[in-house]
Amino acid sequence: MGLSFNTIQFHAERCDGCGDCMLACARAKSGGDDLAHSRIRILPGTGAADPFELALCRQCADPKCVTECPAAALAKNATTGTIDWDGDKCVDCLLCTVGCAYAGIAYNPATARVSKCDTCGGEPACVKACPHEALEWRTAAGIFNTAGDKEDLFVRGLAGCQGCNSELLIRHTLRRVGPECVVAAPPGCIPGMGTVGFNGITGSKVPIFHPLLTNTASMLAGIKRQYNRVGREVLMLALAGDGGTADAGFASLSGAAGRDEPMLFICVDNEGYMNTGMQASGVTPYGSWTSTTPVGESLHGERSEAKNLPVIMMNHNCSYVATASTGFMEDYYAKLDKAIAVAKTGMAYLHVYTPCPTGWRIPPENISEVCRMQVRTNFVVLWEYTPRTGLRLTHRVDKPRPVEEYLKLIGKYKHLSPEQVAHIQRTVDEKVANLQQMAHGARTVEYA
Amino acid sequence: MPHSTYLIVGSSHAALEAATAIRLHDAEGSITLLTRETRLPYSPTILPYIVSGRSKPDDVVLRDEAWLAQSGVALRRNSEVVRVDPATKSVTTAAGKVWTYDKLLLATGGSPVIPAVPGLGDVKAHVLHTMDDAIALRDAMSGARSAIVLGAGLCGMHVAEGMAKAGLTVSVLIRSRPLREYFSPRAGNLIQSAFAGNGAQMLVGHTPAAVERRGDGCAVTLDDGRTIAADLLMVGTGVSPAMGYLEGSGVETARGILADDRMRTNVADVWAAGDVAEARSFWGGKAVNGILPGAVEHGRIAGADMAQDAGVRSFPGGMGLNTYHYFEHHAVSVGLGGQLPDSGEFDIDEHVDAGREKYRRIVMKAGRLVGFASIDEFADPGVMWQLILRRTDLTPVKAAFLAEPQATARRLMSQLWR
Repeated sequence: MGLSFNTIQFHAERCDGCGDCMLACARAKSGGDDLAHSRIRILPGTGAADPFELALCRQCADPKCVTECPAAALAKNATTGTIDWDGDKCVDCLLCTVGCAYAGIAYNPATARVSKCDTCGGEPACVKACPHEALEWRTAAGIFNTAGDKEDLFVRGLAGCQGCNSELLIRHTLRRVGPECVVAAPPGCIPGMGTVGFNGITGSKVPIFHPLLTNTASMLAGIKRQYNRVGREVLMLALAGDGGTADAGFASLSGAAGRDEPMLFICVDNEGYMNTGMQASGVTPYGSWTSTTPVGESLHGERSEAKNLPVIMMNHNCSYVATASTGFMEDYYAKLDKAIAVAKTGMAYLHVYTPCPTGWRIPPENISEVCRMQVRTNFVVLWEYTPRTGLRLTHRVDKPRPVEEYLKLIGKYKHLSPEQVAHIQRTVDEKVANLQQMAHGARTVEYA
Repeated sequence: MPHSTYLIVGSSHAALEAATAIRLHDAEGSITLLTRETRLPYSPTILPYIVSGRSKPDDVVLRDEAWLAQSGVALRRNSEVVRVDPATKSVTTAAGKVWTYDKLLLATGGSPVIPAVPGLGDVKAHVLHTMDDAIALRDAMSGARSAIVLGAGLCGMHVAEGMAKAGLTVSVLIRSRPLREYFSPRAGNLIQSAFAGNGAQMLVGHTPAAVERRGDGCAVTLDDGRTIAADLLMVGTGVSPAMGYLEGSGVETARGILADDRMRTNVADVWAAGDVAEARSFWGGKAVNGILPGAVEHGRIAGADMAQDAGVRSFPGGMGLNTYHYFEHHAVSVGLGGQLPDSGEFDIDEHVDAGREKYRRIVMKAGRLVGFASIDEFADPGVMWQLILRRTDLTPVKAAFLAEPQATARRLMSQLWR
């Protein structure tokens, strides 16, 4: 498996153009304050409303600067992922700058040579210097490197819909959990895509079973007790849909959460019964088209509000509750690691928001963007809770985008009237305000 | 009879890029590079730096044995191809070895053009085509005190600069003006005066009428009757596609091997790329565009097409793209740089700050950038190239672009990428 690498991410909406990053870079690279030495460039936008722009080496996987170099002075470092420049070999011909369309390698008049970002050996000075967290050192790549080395405990060829990210989610999750587990997959998309069966050729490579919609949590609780009795440490994992969690599955889950039964219960929330014909569930958001909340003359999609299931779970006071999104994998992994640890002794509940390409009518290639937009508009809020720390937000959204930008990506909302959109915006704002109140102003902790 | 799924003739930028593109899509098909070289792959562009001693031949290897092994690319040296036979899908090397192929890429580059000057054949005239040429010229320089360079293209100018820096008395014969493909007359003057200021004799507007041996060196008689003598003679009057081996093959050629937008020739399963290919010009028609970035583009497209990569893109057309570092100066030229076509209404903004030898020319047409050139004022050529290729409308930012081309272009590209 090829290596993935950490990278510097620029959040244009957080940048105020203060230039501290350029100064920090110049100092790190030259010891002085001459900004000519800075390898990162912040450029003012074309108008007051426009964000700041960036010129910085992207450490391309298929770097054109390298292919344009006649002197073999540039090379992709297979260990660090940076494009390394060898000043002894470089003949200052500047052809590399023809190859780069990002202005990532450029002429430095102070040295009369090219210069480019080397990520300061993995501790970029610009990121540390940014007072607004507009530059972020993204380490998601590390996840893929370590996960890639672990055995995929689902077999190949699961039959999920094209674009569905549940497969990504469950493969990552089971790789991290490892083989010492028992998986319960109640009726829903996850067994529907062929995960149940453990002969090593179909389904999964770990013990997996198909409980009823109603009894997932109580079955896992019983199995865990039996393993405890024989003295074997085995993790109980539920991969349930929102129907098996919020509706029919809720009684047994609520009981298990109240008793803090040791297990990791993951709700893969696609806002309805997407596997059986797209019926509404208890977490279907207001305004959604489903086959049971149609759009016509008198009905304009779901009339009631979705219940905030993770908040309800939090109020059971079980050991760990968190929300997550596959658009933010570092955040998910940090929470998964905590949940796995907690599930040895108590209940860990992860609520993962999972847009459905088929049932929500989203082109498959847009699913990741929809995941990101859920969070950027605050439609989905990423947070975690333990009885000791209380609720903490885990992702800063400085300038939330209007929820309309999220809704318009999704076919099930295409009938919405401006009044309905305004209503959804209001409920989103209220939800965020409530969560912030529950967080008691605690500082947002970001998992990067 | 050896066989290769992908047979590539050549081992420089176009050939290597094609091999890389093939491997991105086809992990298994055999790839073989046939080269007349005895060395590992290097760039012709580096040769002037070998002559000057700045680079060492062993340090400029573009792909080493480890890369070849890891990528499953076989490099066959001493394998000059002398014949191509599409009927039997085979090529023949100078040693008589026959290779068969499924798909063939011709990336044989260019050969120096030797002007028809009386007596030129009787003297030792250095050219700069291969590493061996470069080493021979470097070694000859160490015992010489004076040199004559015929031609003021990039190769000739680089060599002349190296000679001047090494203390040789250098005369450069320039038919029209230096680097005229890339720079306007005003920019050419700046470059020329930098050379003159460093002791090189720039004989502008002159061609050689005759050459004769004089002692160990030579004497060149100019078209005005003057005679200059020197220990060394270097011919840098351009290159032309090397395609003599195609005789009788049915592969269509004009100034170069004619290639379509996927770098396919008229013959099935035969592609051409790099300095040997005559492909689309961004400005219309076809052209041989003998530059390194163009060779890389060709190679990438040819390789992807050969491997039937669905991600292959059509060649948008070649244009002038170059950077030039000389003495204490650096210059950039993207797009229409030298002579502008007669047709078309161009909006030209040209500034010379002769005191500091700072120069900039922006050529626009219908609000779009078509040419950017500068001296001692850096603006990212890769960004300018994209703005030209994308025909980005600069009308809304024209004033800012003319005032601060680098910052404005960077800002635009950053926006376009997001």
